[in-house]
Amino acid sequence: MPGYILKRLVIAAFTMVAVLTVVFFAFRLGGADPVAIMLPPEATPKDVRILTEKFGLDKPLVAQYANFMKNAATGDFGKSFRYNEPAFRVLFQRFPATLQLGLAAFFFALLVGLSVGITSAVSPGSLIDRFGRLFALGGMSIPTFWVGIMLILLFGVTLRWLPVAGRGTALHYLMPAFCLSLYPIALITRLSRSAMLDALKSEYVLMARIKGVPEFMVVMLHAFKNASIPVVTVIFSVFGALIVGSVVVETIFSWPGIGRLVIESFFTRDYPVVQVFVLFVTFLVVMLNLAVDIVYAYIDPRIRYQ
Amino acid sequence: MTTATDAITGKKIKAPRVGAGIPWLGLACLALFFFTVLFADVIAPHDPFEGDLLNITLPPAWEEDGNRSYLLGTDMLGRDVLSRLIHGSRISLLISVGCIIFYGSIGVVLGLISGFTGGRTDMLIMRLADFWMSLPAIIVLFILAAVNGPSAKTIVLTIGIMGWPNYARIVRGECLSLKQRDFVRLARVAGCSNMRIMVSHILPNIINSIIILATIEIGGIIVLTATMSFLGLGAQPPSCDWGLMLAEGRQYITYAWWLVTFPGLAIVVAVLGFNLTGDWLRELLDPKQKLR
Amino acid sequence: MSMMNMPEDRLLYIKDLKTSFFTKKGVVKAVDGVSFEVNRGEIVGLVGESGCGKSVTSLSIMRLVPQPAGRITGGEMTFCGEDLLKKTEKEMRLLRGNRLSMILQDPMVSLNPLLTVGYQLEEAFRYHKRTVGSMKNKCIELLKKVRVPAPERRVGNYPFQFSGGMSQRVLIAMGIANKPDLLIADEPTTALDVTVGAQVLKLMKIIQEESRGAIILITHDLATVAQVCTRVLVMYAGRIIEKAPVKSFYKNPAHPYSQSLIQSVPVLGRRAQRLFSIEGMPPSLLNPPPGCRFEPRCSRAMGICAEKYPPESRLGEGRQVSCWLYGKG
Repeated sequence: MPGYILKRLVIAAFTMVAVLTVVFFAFRLGGADPVAIMLPPEATPKDVRILTEKFGLDKPLVAQYANFMKNAATGDFGKSFRYNEPAFRVLFQRFPATLQLGLAAFFFALLVGLSVGITSAVSPGSLIDRFGRLFALGGMSIPTFWVGIMLILLFGVTLRWLPVAGRGTALHYLMPAFCLSLYPIALITRLSRSAMLDALKSEYVLMARIKGVPEFMVVMLHAFKNASIPVVTVIFSVFGALIVGSVVVETIFSWPGIGRLVIESFFTRDYPVVQVFVLFVTFLVVMLNLAVDIVYAYIDPRIRYQ
Repeated sequence: MTTATDAITGKKIKAPRVGAGIPWLGLACLALFFFTVLFADVIAPHDPFEGDLLNITLPPAWEEDGNRSYLLGTDMLGRDVLSRLIHGSRISLLISVGCIIFYGSIGVVLGLISGFTGGRTDMLIMRLADFWMSLPAIIVLFILAAVNGPSAKTIVLTIGIMGWPNYARIVRGECLSLKQRDFVRLARVAGCSNMRIMVSHILPNIINSIIILATIEIGGIIVLTATMSFLGLGAQPPSCDWGLMLAEGRQYITYAWWLVTFPGLAIVVAVLGFNLTGDWLRELLDPKQKLR
Repeated sequence: MSMMNMPEDRLLYIKDLKTSFFTKKGVVKAVDGVSFEVNRGEIVGLVGESGCGKSVTSLSIMRLVPQPAGRITGGEMTFCGEDLLKKTEKEMRLLRGNRLSMILQDPMVSLNPLLTVGYQLEEAFRYHKRTVGSMKNKCIELLKKVRVPAPERRVGNYPFQFSGGMSQRVLIAMGIANKPDLLIADEPTTALDVTVGAQVLKLMKIIQEESRGAIILITHDLATVAQVCTRVLVMYAGRIIEKAPVKSFYKNPAHPYSQSLIQSVPVLGRRAQRLFSIEGMPPSLLNPPPGCRFEPRCSRAMGICAEKYPPESRLGEGRQVSCWLYGKG
């Protein structure tokens, strides 16, 4: 098991290096002038010269790359033009807001999604099953941003029950977290339902019933434990949905997180911040991959004993 | 059909309905969608790009200040919402199909190579696919949009690059099972090169799965592209992309509710059509649920 | 020898059991009027080809027919004098794994891959509260009983660490954990190779002799039946077509189908052996024919065979057969 984790850690490290490399070359060889990208529109030729020297842009590409990697290792990803601070700090300051919203949405989605998915599989054709499947279909067919806008229209503008912007009281969390959770709920419900249905048809579930094991244990211990293996994979889609969702929801509800930050930075050409955002999210993804690999080894003894 | 009784509960047993499950709603939505795509020029009452500045932000026809000529109202530049919606369907379809063709090709090629060659190449490609799938497309969009400028083409490029893993995985799965079949073995014995076997023998057999997968995925792509356009990273004005319409209309939400409601409904109708029909098709043609 | 048994000895009584599956294509009458009984001390072989309804019969007895498609639609089932159809689910759960037990066919998929073998063994008696002493020790004892080597270590192992034969022994251990009155073994040796299968059968016979219960052995292999069973029930297309004690069955199979079955078992040493197989296929259970179901494949079919289903005729010595060749008993 420790060897397994170590191997995964090494792969994670390599992946980050690969991603950093790709991002470096994407930004710099993308056919755009690397200096122009990093300068605010009102830059003077003098600014251009200073920046060129500072980033060593007149040096060969390989030297630039080395410089970039060296800086990355120390957490230096350039300076934000808008805030005149290190880009990473600007991002990190706003990360807690996004994290709170994201976690709230995630746990809500997990709770609702698993309950509905499992119940759906255990009692096919029941009211919960039909309603759950309908809801899942809706969650995947109705775009999050539209739900957000409609909710604002209904609860914010027409009824005036809930605040439509900013972050402050618990009420401020309600609509954004709810919106953010919709697509993840649909994903989790769908997958947990089908995974449970498969598990419930298996021979070992029949065997447990033959032994006289109470139905609750059959469902939770036998079926669910096996179903959780495919369900764990859904976390990646959920994470992706939360990232896109955060950008959308934070924009619509003016939530002060990194989603709104990156959009604003993009349209004000504050590209260092955009770059940091991309790298940070990728880092989170790599960590997520690692975590899932470890969780798999924990659940499934067959992997552990390899 | 004779009715039977459950010997334990004593209740009558209802047999499952045959033919149940034809997705009438889904097919209707799809029909509406494709109808607008095909006949947009004919059925749209106005030019979607020309605005009548004397008639800006008119409410829908049934409201007090509405105008029968502008059934769903007009936007801030006096353009007819209904006409823009109708033409927007073309854009949605074009972008989505573009994306699917792009990443579908990559996915099929990689899947064939992976499944057919096997061994280390297979493992490498699949590992890459696993990781690739966990990356959210939007971060790639930020980079490409920064470099190329935001546009509908940038979206197609982004999703085109990011979307192949699912396809590759499924094509590989089919490849693996087809590899064992006799007609492939015979082709090998006859001396066909690997490339020839892949193209002439295996490919025709997996077209079915490819098409089913496309119908399942297209709904999600429409939502994603609408989202990207909504954020301003995709289709640019004066395009009548539905996501863009929503972004533009958002500022007027307090007094022009129709500008955000109808584009959203259009998206829902289109996506529902594809999702419902795709699900049904999958049940029908893939009972072993290989494509989940 | 009298076949009259004491009422307490009659463990299982089944009359006219009907179980159907309600599918989109129609109603599949998997078990269509099956009647038999099992007495203490017997090993009853339930023989038939795949799809004839043997497994569904056993699942019906356990009341574990896969729902909602599968339902018991008629008949009587009595176990030790108690009506199985009238029991609540809770009462059935108390019976299952306790006095009424079952062993499944493929041990590789019947064990939960994520739980230790020891835990799964414990489950067999954990919910029936009959343990004296630690459960772990009881598990080790059980494994010893079914001849699994190094049981102390094996208890903490996972199913993937067991071979096919070992896993089947684990299933048997689970089946006999609470000394059931009736044990149903569904093709226990089909997934095993011949030598291992023979050992497993020997083991079951020993266990049965010890516990004085009864075993229903479901199989499609006549050789297995000859080895261990005391009585044979032949099933075809959802119905039982012959019942006989083992010896007289092999000496003198009554039903043409039984005769074909026995003929198709290859015998070493006999010269000029063309492999004998029965032509044709069993009828679809969606719409079974009105007459005898073996009629299309029967070499001795008569006119009446296709028209009316033959009633059960008694042939003496505890033998019964449903065939027009034997008229009405």
